[in-house]
Amino acid sequence: MDQVYNIVFAGLGGQGVIKASDILAEAAFLSGFDVKKAEVHGMSQRGGSVTSDVRLGQIVMSPMVPPQGADILVVLEPSQTETASPRLKPEGLVLNCSVIDAKSLPNAKTLNVAMLGLLSNYLPILDAEWHQAIRNSLPENLHDMNFRAFSIGKNTHL
Amino acid sequence: MGNTQSRRLLSGNEAVAHAALAAHIDLGIGYPGTPSTEILENFSDLGGNARWSPNEKVALEVAVGVAYAKGRAMATMKHVGLNVAADPLFTAAYTGVQGALVVIVADDPGMASSQNEQDSRRYAIAAGIPMLEPSDSQEAFDLLFDAVKLSERWQIPVLYRLSTRICHSKTVVELGGSLERKNEIHFDRDIRSRVMVPAYARPAHKRLRQKLKEIQAWAETSDLVRISKNGQDLGVISSGISAAHAKEAAPHASQLHLKITFPLPLEKMRDFCHSVDRCMVVEEGDPVVEEGCLIAGIPVEKKSEVYRFGELDVGRVKSMLSGEPSKEKSGPPGKPPQLCPGCPHRTAFSILHDQECIVTGDIGCYTLGVMQPFEAIDTCVCMGASIGVGLGLRHVLPDEQARKVVSVIGDSTFVHSGLTGLVEMVYNRPKTGHLVMILDNSTTAMTGLQEHPATGRTLDHQATHKLNLEDVTRAIGIDKVAVLDPHKDKKLFEETVISFLQSEELCVIIARRPCLLAAKKIKVYEAQVQCPNDETKGN
Repeated sequence: MDQVYNIVFAGLGGQGVIKASDILAEAAFLSGFDVKKAEVHGMSQRGGSVTSDVRLGQIVMSPMVPPQGADILVVLEPSQTETASPRLKPEGLVLNCSVIDAKSLPNAKTLNVAMLGLLSNYLPILDAEWHQAIRNSLPENLHDMNFRAFSIGKNTHL
Repeated sequence: MGNTQSRRLLSGNEAVAHAALAAHIDLGIGYPGTPSTEILENFSDLGGNARWSPNEKVALEVAVGVAYAKGRAMATMKHVGLNVAADPLFTAAYTGVQGALVVIVADDPGMASSQNEQDSRRYAIAAGIPMLEPSDSQEAFDLLFDAVKLSERWQIPVLYRLSTRICHSKTVVELGGSLERKNEIHFDRDIRSRVMVPAYARPAHKRLRQKLKEIQAWAETSDLVRISKNGQDLGVISSGISAAHAKEAAPHASQLHLKITFPLPLEKMRDFCHSVDRCMVVEEGDPVVEEGCLIAGIPVEKKSEVYRFGELDVGRVKSMLSGEPSKEKSGPPGKPPQLCPGCPHRTAFSILHDQECIVTGDIGCYTLGVMQPFEAIDTCVCMGASIGVGLGLRHVLPDEQARKVVSVIGDSTFVHSGLTGLVEMVYNRPKTGHLVMILDNSTTAMTGLQEHPATGRTLDHQATHKLNLEDVTRAIGIDKVAVLDPHKDKKLFEETVISFLQSEELCVIIARRPCLLAAKKIKVYEAQVQCPNDETKGN
C-alpha cells in the first residue's frame, strides 16, 4: 500500500481542534488524496480533551489512526501532549503550539490555523489548496486573518 | 464547500441526509441524540422536511403514520432512543407499512457520549426487522436507497444501523442517483393488516416471519454481501466500521463484508467459512454475528470476551485476528468535560451540594454536575429517570434522609419523558413530599442546541406553539411551583430550595436561564419571529 499520512490533532474543547482537522481534510481532498477523518463530538465540547484523526493517501481504509500510528501529532494545548503522545509512532513528530509566538498572531483564536501552517511544511499539499480549504471552511471576514496566521506558522521553525 | 457538485467529503450523517433527499423521503423525524443528531439538521438544511419530536416513541409513531399513507418516512435516534421507541417498533413489524419506513439508529460503542453501549443489532433480531449497516459515508449514502427499496418491496420497516465512527467520520462520497416515488400518497383501509387485536395480530406475526424468510433468501444473492477472495489462511466476516478496520488490519485475508446483518445470508457465509482455513467475525459490541454463525453450525472461531467492550480500531482487530491474548491497555486519561464557566446550572449544583441533598439526576449537560467541585448527582439512569428514582427513594428512605431527595431534570428531557414522572408524583404522593428541579436552559444543550416543544420553535427555528412548563406542571397538580433565575438572585433560589424541602409538599422549581452558548442564537430567532417580514420594512 502506498504511504498513508496519519495526523492526530489534540487540544481542549473550544480551541478549534476539529476545525483545524476539517481544514486539513479539505485541503487533502482538494489535492486529490483519499482522505478520512474521525473524531468524537459530544461531551468533549465542554472543555474536555479533544482529539481528531486525519488520514490521507492513495487509499485509506479505517478512518481512525491506529494505536501508535500517528506520523505527526499536532498539539494545540501543551497540557495535552502527555495524554496524546501514546498515539505517536516511535519515530513520529510532535508539533507543539508552544513554538508559535502567540503575540505575533492576529487573534488568539487563529492558533489552530497557525499550527496548520507549521504542519504544511511536512505534507505534500500546496499552499493554494490550503488557502482554498481555509476559504471553504471559515466565514469570509476571517479569511485574511487566518491567511496571516497560516503564514506565521509556516515560517516558524522548530 | 469546495467540493465538486457530486464528489464531496462528508460525514456519515451528512451522507444520509443527502441520500434522504435523493430518495424523496417525505418526512424525517426524531429526537436529538449523539451521534445521530446531525442527520435531521442536515436534511432540513438541504430542504428536506425534518422535525424534532418530544421523544423517539412519538417520532417513530408519526413515521409509521406517514408510511401507512404510502409515504416515505425516516425516523432517527441514538441507540438508547430505540429503547424508547421499541413499543411501536415491535408491532409496526407486524402491521408492516405501505410506503417506506427506515428507522435510523446510531450506536455508541465505547460510550463517547452515552450511558451504555447496548448493541442495536439485538433489536433487529428481537423485533424481526431487517437491518442494513453502512461502513463509511459512501455506503451511508448508497445503502439508504437499498433500505427504502427493501421497505417498499416487502412492506416492512427497515433498521439502518450507524455507529459513532460512521456518523462523525468524514470520507469521500460520490453523490448520485435518486429514487423516484412509486406510490401516490393515499390511505387505503386495511383493518386486518393494521389493527393489531389478537385475532388479526396472530396471522400478522406469521406474515412477518414469511417476509423475513423471503428477505433472507434474497439477501443470499443480493449485492448486500461482498466477498473479496484473497488468501486462504484467514477469512474475515465483518460489517459497519469493523469492515474498514478489518480490511486494513488483514490486507491478505479473504473478506466477506455484510451490508445486511439481519437476516443473515447464512448459506453464503457458510460457503465462505468453508473456503478458508480459519474464519473469524470482526464485530464491535456483542458477538451477534458470531453467535448467528455458531447457531447455524458455521465453524467460526470465537472471539475473546474483551472485544465486547469499547470501540475497535486497527490495532485491536489485529490482536483479535491473531487469536492471542489481547494486550489491552488504556492510555493516560484526558481532561474530562465540565459545566461551562458561567453555566446557569452551576448555581443549582452548588446549592444542592451545600444542602447535602441526595440528587437523582438525568441525561443532559447537567449530568456534569457529578464532576468536581459539585459532585452533586447521585444517580443517572436514562431519560426521565430522575423523577421516578427520586420518588422510589422518597418512598422507602427514613424520613430524615427522604427529605433530602431532589430530582433534577433538563427542559428538553422533561418534555421527553419527565411529564409522566410528575403524574406519578401526584398520584402516589410520598409522605415527605418531593422536590423536582427543572433546569431550564431553553435548549437541548448537550447534543448541540436543538429546539424542543418548550422553546416554541421547530427544528428549523420557526415559531410554533410553546409548551409552557409552569402551566403544565400546575395543571398536573403540583402543590408549589416557582420559576426562578438562579443567576439573578442566588439567595432567593437557595431560600426557595430550603423552604420547599422543609414544606413536605410536592414542589417544582423551574430554574430558568438560557444556556450561554444558545442565548445569542435565541435572540436572533426571537427577533426573526417578531418581524418576520423584514424585507417589507425600511426605505
